[in-house]
Amino acid sequence: MRSRSASHRAAGRRGRAVTSASRFRLADLASEAMAGLLQRPGRSALTVLGTIAGIGGFVAIVALSQTAAGQIGKDFNVQDATQVTVNDTGARGGSAHPTMDFPMDADALADRIRGVVAAGVWWQVQAGGLQVSALPPSAGGTKIGLPVTAASPGALVASGAQLSAGVLFNQFHEATAQNVAVLGKSAAAQLGISSLVNEPAVFIGGQPFTVVGILSGDPRLPQLNLGVTVPESTALKLWGLPPSYVPAQMLIHTRLGAAQVVAEQAAVALRPDDPKLLTATAPVNQAQLKKSVTASLNTVFLALAGVALIIGAVGIANTTLVAVLERSGEIGLRRALGARPRHIAIQFLAESTALGLFGGLVGACIGVLVAIAVTIAEHWTALLDDRIVLAAPLAGAVIGLLAGLYPALRASAIEPADALRR
Amino acid sequence: MTMAADEAPVIQLSAVGYTYSGPPPVQALKPTDLVIRRGEHVAIMGPSGSGKSTLLNLLGLLDRPTEGRLEIDGIDLGRASERDRAAVRARHIGFVFQSFHLLSHRSAIENVMLAQVYADMPRRRRYGEAMSALGGVGLAARAHALPTELSGGERQRVAIARALVNRPSLLLCDEPTGNLDTAATGELTDLLGALHSQGATLVVITHNPVVAARAQRQVRIRDGLLSEQGPARPDDTQPLEDPLEDPLDDTLGGDTQWRHGDPGAPDGEEAEGSHALPFG
Repeated sequence: MRSRSASHRAAGRRGRAVTSASRFRLADLASEAMAGLLQRPGRSALTVLGTIAGIGGFVAIVALSQTAAGQIGKDFNVQDATQVTVNDTGARGGSAHPTMDFPMDADALADRIRGVVAAGVWWQVQAGGLQVSALPPSAGGTKIGLPVTAASPGALVASGAQLSAGVLFNQFHEATAQNVAVLGKSAAAQLGISSLVNEPAVFIGGQPFTVVGILSGDPRLPQLNLGVTVPESTALKLWGLPPSYVPAQMLIHTRLGAAQVVAEQAAVALRPDDPKLLTATAPVNQAQLKKSVTASLNTVFLALAGVALIIGAVGIANTTLVAVLERSGEIGLRRALGARPRHIAIQFLAESTALGLFGGLVGACIGVLVAIAVTIAEHWTALLDDRIVLAAPLAGAVIGLLAGLYPALRASAIEPADALRR
Repeated sequence: MTMAADEAPVIQLSAVGYTYSGPPPVQALKPTDLVIRRGEHVAIMGPSGSGKSTLLNLLGLLDRPTEGRLEIDGIDLGRASERDRAAVRARHIGFVFQSFHLLSHRSAIENVMLAQVYADMPRRRRYGEAMSALGGVGLAARAHALPTELSGGERQRVAIARALVNRPSLLLCDEPTGNLDTAATGELTDLLGALHSQGATLVVITHNPVVAARAQRQVRIRDGLLSEQGPARPDDTQPLEDPLEDPLDDTLGGDTQWRHGDPGAPDGEEAEGSHALPFG
C-alpha cells in the first residue's frame, strides 16, 4: 500500500470547535446541475420540448402581432384619418352627359355635420387640362398645358392649402363667379410668377384671371399644387358641368376620430332627397383594425401557447421528480458527504431552472424564426420588441424554477439513512 | 499510536439511546456508553435488526439520538444544528458503504472530487488532492475509469479514497466487504489494516469475521445492546460465528446463522457489561 499521506490524513486531528459550515459554491452548483442534466441528455431534451413549444409560441405570436400592428401603424397618419371623400355615384354610373349631384349649397350643408372642420366640392375642369399663359393670347405668351381645378372655397380650406403669397379666394368670389385663380407652387414656377405685387393675371383658355394667391405646401389634393384653381361658380359659368368621367367630389376635413361618423351622415346631409346619389368613403378605422388583428391572434394562439407552456412546466416537474426518486442514493451520499438539505434542494432547483432556461432560449429562437418566416411570406416589415426576446429565456427559467419547487422540497426531505440503505 | 492522554476521543457516547417513535415505540438502541479513541480500529458486529444500522446512523450523524450525549472530536453533536452536523460529516467523517455509492456516470477521480465539493476545498487544489487519495489506495492509474470499468474491489477502494480525501478524523465503514469476493475482501482488509497502522481511526461494521479479526476491538451489538470484547487475535474470532459460514454469504445467511447457530448466546440483559460471551 502506498498510503503515504493517509497517515496524517485520517490520524491525529485534535478536536476542534465546530468547523465552518459545509458549502455548495455557485460554480459547484452549476457544474453539478449540468452534470445531472447531461447524465440523461435524451430525457432532458424531451423534457424541454413543452417549454420550447410554449415559449416559442408566445414569442412568435407577440412578434407577429407587433409586426401586424406596426404594419397598420406604418400607413397610419393623421391626415388620412381626418379625411372623408364623397363621390358622385349618380354622375359616375349615369349617362355620358355631364351631371352634378352636389347641391349648390353643399359646403354649408356639410359644415353642419358635427365633426366637420371644412368641406367643399371640387372637380377637374377638363381631363387634359387647359392652355394657360401669363400673357394675353394677343401678346403671344407661351401657353402651357396645366390642370385646372374648380373648387369651392370650402374645398380649398379642407385641402389644407397653405399660401406663400396672397389669399385663397372666398365666398364673395364664389358667389359672384369672379375670374380669380390660385396658382399651385409648381404652376407658378412654370408661369414665372413668384410675387403678387403687380397683381399678375393668367389666361386660362383665353380668359383672363387675377391671381389672388400662390400655394406653398403639399395640399391633400396634389393637383392643386400642379395647376390652377378657380372658383366653382366661375368654372360652371365658363366651362359647364364637370364631365361624367371625372365627376365632382367633396373633400371633407374632419376632427380626429370623427371621420367614421361624418362619412355615415354625409350622403343624407347633402342629399336628403336621394342619398343614394352620393357615397362617402372614410379611412379604414385604424384602431378597430389593430384591435381585431391582435385580438384574433391573441385569443386562439396565446391560449395554445399557454397550454404548451403548462405542459412544459408539468413535464419539467415530472422529470425532476422522477430524477429525485431515481437518485435517492445519490442524495443520501451527498448528505453523507456533508450536503445540507438546502444544498440538495438548490441542486434540483438549479437543474429544473436550467431546463426551463434552455427551453426558453431555444423557444425564443424558434419563435423569432417563425415570426420572420411569416413576415417574409406576407411581405411585411418585421417588428420585434427586443425586450420580449430577452424576457423569453427568463420566463422559461422562472417556469423551470416553479416546476422544480416541489421535487426540490421532496429531495431535501429525503432521509439520508434511508436513502443510503438502498 | 501514541496519543496524549487528555485528547478528546474521536467518538464518545454517553447513555446514547434511540427509540423509533411508534406506534408502538421500538427501542432500537438501549442507552449505551462507547468511547473510540484516536487511532483505534474497532469492529462492530451484530445481526440485522440488532440496532447496528441505528448505531451506524448515529455515529455517522445521519440520525439523531433520542437520548444521551454524542460527541465527535469533542463536539456535542446529538442536538447540534443540521448545519453543524453537515459540516462535521463533510470534514470529520469519511463514509464507506457496502454498495459503494459511486455515481455511475462519473470517473473514479470525479467521484472522489464529489466529496471535496461540500467540504469547500478550493477548486484548484481538488484534482491534486483527489489524485493523491487515489494513489493512497493504489488506483492512481485508474483515475479516469468509470465505475462500470472497475472491479468490485477497485470500486470500494475508490470509495475509500473518496472517504479519505478530506482527511477525516474517522473512517466509518458499513459492511465494506459485503459486495466483494474473497480475494477482494482480503485486499480490502489489508488496505484497512494499512490505514490503521498509519494512524487512521476506523470503525467497521461487518458480518465478516476475517474483516472483524483485523480490528483491535470488537464490539457486539444485539437487541440494541452493546457488549465489548477485548482486543482479539485473529484466531480468537474464528468461532465468533458459525464456523461454516462463508464470508461471501454474510449478507444473505449471516444473520440467520447467528441466531440459530449460536443458541448459547446470552440475551441482552446478561450480556451488558459482562463480556460473558461464549467465545470471549
